[in-house]
Amino acid sequence: MSAGLRERTRRGVGENVRRVDGVPKVKGSFAYGSDLWHEHLLWGATLRSPHPHARIVRIDLAEAVAAPGVHAVLTHEDVPGKKTYGLEFSDQPVLPWDRVLYTGQPVAIVAAETPELARRAASRIHVEYEVLEPVLDMVRALDADAPRLHEWGNVLRHLHVEHGDPDAEAEVWVEGYYETGMQDQAALGPEAGMAIPAEDGGVDLIVSTQWLHVDRQQIAPVLNLPEDRVRITLAGVGGAFGSREDLHMQIHACLLARYTGRPVKMSYGREESFLAHVHRHPSRIWLRTGAARDGTLVAVRGRIVIDGGAFASSTPAVIGNATTFLAGPYEVPNAYLEGTAVYTNNPPCGAMRGFGAPQACFAHEANMDRLAAELGLDPVELRLRNVLGPGSVLPTGVPIRGSAPVREVVERCRDVPMPPEPEASRLRDPMTFPGGAGNVGHGEGLRRGVGFAVGYKNVAYSEGFDDFHQARVTLSAGPSGPVVEVHSAGVECGQGLSTILTQVAREELGVDDVILHVADTGVDSAGSTSASRQTFMGGGAVQLACRAVAEEVFARVLARGGTAGELGLADERVLADGVPVADLVDLLGEPVSATRSFHHRPTTGLDERGQGDVHVMFAFGAQRAVVEVDTDLGLVRVVHLATTIDAGRAINPQGVEGQSEGGSAQGLGLAVMEEIQLREGHIANASFTDYLIPTFLDMPPVATEIVEDPEPGVPYGAKGVGEIATIVSTAAVVAAIRDATGRPLTRAPVQPDDLVGLREPPPAPPWPPVPHVPGNRPVPEYHGVDLGQSDLKPTS
Amino acid sequence: MLIRVRVNGEWREADAWEGSSLLSFLRDELQLPGSKNACEQGECGSCSVWLEGELVCSCLVLAAQAHGRDVRTVEGLADGDRLHPVQQAFVDTGAVQCGFCTPGLVVAVADLLSRDPAPDELTVREALAGNLCRCTGYQKILDAVRLASDRLGEATP
Repeated sequence: MSAGLRERTRRGVGENVRRVDGVPKVKGSFAYGSDLWHEHLLWGATLRSPHPHARIVRIDLAEAVAAPGVHAVLTHEDVPGKKTYGLEFSDQPVLPWDRVLYTGQPVAIVAAETPELARRAASRIHVEYEVLEPVLDMVRALDADAPRLHEWGNVLRHLHVEHGDPDAEAEVWVEGYYETGMQDQAALGPEAGMAIPAEDGGVDLIVSTQWLHVDRQQIAPVLNLPEDRVRITLAGVGGAFGSREDLHMQIHACLLARYTGRPVKMSYGREESFLAHVHRHPSRIWLRTGAARDGTLVAVRGRIVIDGGAFASSTPAVIGNATTFLAGPYEVPNAYLEGTAVYTNNPPCGAMRGFGAPQACFAHEANMDRLAAELGLDPVELRLRNVLGPGSVLPTGVPIRGSAPVREVVERCRDVPMPPEPEASRLRDPMTFPGGAGNVGHGEGLRRGVGFAVGYKNVAYSEGFDDFHQARVTLSAGPSGPVVEVHSAGVECGQGLSTILTQVAREELGVDDVILHVADTGVDSAGSTSASRQTFMGGGAVQLACRAVAEEVFARVLARGGTAGELGLADERVLADGVPVADLVDLLGEPVSATRSFHHRPTTGLDERGQGDVHVMFAFGAQRAVVEVDTDLGLVRVVHLATTIDAGRAINPQGVEGQSEGGSAQGLGLAVMEEIQLREGHIANASFTDYLIPTFLDMPPVATEIVEDPEPGVPYGAKGVGEIATIVSTAAVVAAIRDATGRPLTRAPVQPDDLVGLREPPPAPPWPPVPHVPGNRPVPEYHGVDLGQSDLKPTS
Repeated sequence: MLIRVRVNGEWREADAWEGSSLLSFLRDELQLPGSKNACEQGECGSCSVWLEGELVCSCLVLAAQAHGRDVRTVEGLADGDRLHPVQQAFVDTGAVQCGFCTPGLVVAVADLLSRDPAPDELTVREALAGNLCRCTGYQKILDAVRLASDRLGEATP
């Protein structure tokens, strides 16, 4: 484990700052979950269900228990406390006692001397199953005669948003039906961690995760331990993108460690990783957009259905987002938007970068292009006539209170210089053709196209949740000057939080030397590293704690007497009206420490008409994609991406660019190559040989424009930038392919067959039936299903 | 079986299962976890090392194949606290995010520049197409290769 990160630099907020974890990462010395090691270590392995839906008749452990090197073989009978867990609702068995609900669901766990012995022992557990009829289609799940997967049925949440006159008429209507596939986060670092039994009867867990405290809230009741006996320390995180929000090996490793009395490490291989984390929800979207002849939007009617898979995960929040964003970042006076999330026997889906917004964006942007064509308007011009701005009323009935520079976002994206026109085919390096040098063509059927998309997303948790972030800041005298220590449980997944927190501490206290503690449960919750929230929430907590520390320093100055004027800190000195009056280090005979929590402004839930102040604030983005399509072979090369990011304020511009470039790559992936292939609920492409993510040859240059329009009331005006590029990129790239080919392309990812006429667009089925639900809240809530995490209790 | 390998200039030996890959041997037996285990089927390049000076995916090489031979890993690139120019360029350009692909990429870029000190963009993209990165979109990695190439060029006139 890395013992804290230390960096000496003078740079604060708003500058390009080198990552504080850059050096250990390039040297290979940064310890990820899969790198952990301990004396007397045992290795865990997991037996998983081969069926999407089956009843467990019998589990025979005898052969596994007798296998060489085996120390534990555990089933549901060995779970000492609560038998279930889950991110929002506790609907997922730690180990199942009755039925399995998806292929890959853990059934039993093993600890043995080596990984190989553990895997072999797991394969010697014999489970007798009675195979049941699975529900494998999200609309089929709504049928009255579909097998019921949970006591409360197959509907996880159905909500509607009713705004203005839902029956409003318009001069022009366009209608589209869209589908998006199941995407994998494909973080390179596998799910991994190590549990160590402690002398006090508790357990220490070191793990790659996204939110330490919510892991603990789910783990402790299962182990029958008070929360303070479950201490969690963050291991290095090899990317997350939402995939580590749900528990993976945490509880299993703790159970095995407590049973054997030895440290237990679990580290999944790539195939198991595909089975063990949630995915991006596949979606089906029906959308009608109505406008006046001049292009002014009048009404939107939409329905989105998403497949939540076997368990709830964070799906209720995802469908909340997808539904409230379905009309796009446009002023629409009349809207009727409905969203349905269902349970099926497919792998569970949950958080992935964008969290419901990419699916919505794919649909509303495709409809905007249809409308532009129908009206004979330029697609960018049509968008500019309708974009949201400060004070615009959203379909949820509330005005945007803060920054909403959507016009500037769109215009700056439009104005990025276009890439040069291609050279004549005969002059080109064959590597530059779609498909690269392996392409059998020589550029005969090449067509270029341009696509544009605008999107938006909430920053931080919505619908009444108080996802605060706590930080402790300590200022003391070090051997060579003042030193700031920052302690937060905020998770660095690679996005750059560690660097942001040190920048804020430097900025606030005017001290170079900042030490960031490893994130652990020694401080209170930092909330999740998700929802683009950590920059402003973590930055806010460190800023509050630093200001409390500064107040104490100022009190010490004033106690010495003789100082007047407005006090400040800079360059390791105390200033009065800008004039140095004391060296900071001379005031630090006793260290100064403060612990503060930052809360975002409160939000509300949705009322029975889907109205409410549900979102804290919004980040907007736009992308222009230029593609080249080989229309004979159905191959696509993305030539250039221009991405505009509404950052509020860029704390670290280089980091914003990194989020834009990497986020664009993931959106491009969903546009042209990434999809989990399900065959009867089984993932058929659970490897990097079969599940393709963009390589160096697939990614074009990305020109990033950062729009800075500070959000009022948040530290430095900074929004979050982690998700916005991904949201717009899929829509923009597919729009460009439509432009190049003239084909409708209503399903992402686009496949070669779609481009050469071998696969027709999915036929538009009738709008699915509206399920009967008690209200807009998640269905398990009405049935009294335990919450998975106490931090998510709605405050209103 | 006992396997003996010269790793980063030092002879090391350990007992390993016959089926063990060089990657597992380095990580689990020699406690050299710098080479990463992201796909374990030769698709992602995270485990790249030099075997007798040749760039290989250590997940596709049996530990036994490396017996008696020379292996250089990412841990052998820096000279104490002095980073290899490729490592320094990755830090300077923001080419590192989660960092899981970084050791493999640093090794692959160092290998590329040792053969081709000033590669053009297409050459870089082709040479590194076997190294997957999920965070950066590759743009800042391309910047890092250019910067390292420039600095190495200045150092050896």
